[in-house]
Amino acid sequence: MSRLLPFFAFVLLAALLGFGIWWNSAHDPTAVPSPLINKPAPAYALPKLDEPAQTVSKASMLGKIYLVNVFASWCIACGEEHPVLMLESKNLGVPLIGYNYKDDSSDAKAWLAQHGNPYDMVIADTSGHTAIDFGVYGAPETFLIDAQGVIRYKHIGPLTPEVIAQQVKPAIEALQHPTPSPPRGEGRGEGAASP
Amino acid sequence: MKLADAMMLLKGIARAVRNFSRERPLTPTLSPEGRGSKSAIFFVITIALAIAVNTAFAQAIDPLPFRDHAEELRFQHLTGELRCLVCQDENLADSNANFARDLRHKVFELMQQGKSDAQIKQYLVERYSDFVLYDPPVNHRTWLLWFGPLLILIAGGVVVVNTIRKRSHAGTPAAPTDNGDDW
Repeated sequence: MSRLLPFFAFVLLAALLGFGIWWNSAHDPTAVPSPLINKPAPAYALPKLDEPAQTVSKASMLGKIYLVNVFASWCIACGEEHPVLMLESKNLGVPLIGYNYKDDSSDAKAWLAQHGNPYDMVIADTSGHTAIDFGVYGAPETFLIDAQGVIRYKHIGPLTPEVIAQQVKPAIEALQHPTPSPPRGEGRGEGAASP
Repeated sequence: MKLADAMMLLKGIARAVRNFSRERPLTPTLSPEGRGSKSAIFFVITIALAIAVNTAFAQAIDPLPFRDHAEELRFQHLTGELRCLVCQDENLADSNANFARDLRHKVFELMQQGKSDAQIKQYLVERYSDFVLYDPPVNHRTWLLWFGPLLILIAGGVVVVNTIRKRSHAGTPAAPTDNGDDW
């Protein structure tokens, strides 16, 4: 038994190594968890990209559920994400606000003209100061904000059709129909039991 | 001006490295040890110079209007304890990333508003989570990180004590001891 001890120690270490490899391949080690989920969105007031004289603020958006997608013309991953947004933006059921991050406004306009504009509205944060309040550390990032101005969901990195179907849409639906989900579960249970 | 100086220096180094390798072409007749160690030393010096120049750059590119030297030291210390989130293996003070510069400016701005170090850290943690701190706080998610090494040390100690006990029971000393101490 005691002669097998080194062997068990080796197996334990190998298992730990395997776990570490699995953990790092299953999780993105560069993803920083957002502490802002279920907290009020920071107060912001940013000019529209097309009409800089008009500002959009947290107060002006209260009462609406909306998605904020942080993008920039210099961001390569945003280019990967863009076709997905072009396809999905009209099926989301909520406005999609483009948050142009640390970008030159003429570059951003040219980028949107070239690749298409999936956004209902684009706001520009040229300095990137407001983005710090949102905990943004890179683009693309996507926030879901509810009618009370509370951040309900955040995705870091490009949105994919899978992420939209499995995470974004359910999160939007949960906000649009806050109560029905538990009773619906019960109803299905009854329906399954009756026939 | 500083930038141009540094570029000249780097170009000079690059030229020297090129000449060095041209004068001593790689031929199998030369003893590999001598050449290897010489170029290794040269390589290390080059890298060291490049790093020194780079650090000088970082400060020259990003000058902040500090009131006095004490404030600058406080700033350097504080940003040294904060992680650059986009580079992740660098702290805020050393990083040349655009985003790190933004955060440095934010830290500076908060310092100008009279915020304490703890308040500034709190501000960043509220937005970027504990991850932004290089020293993670002790809580339920980090206790293994903090006390894991101690647990391993204790486990190792138990194994050592057990082994020694067993050996002394069997009558074989664990190791010859000069002072005749019996375990």
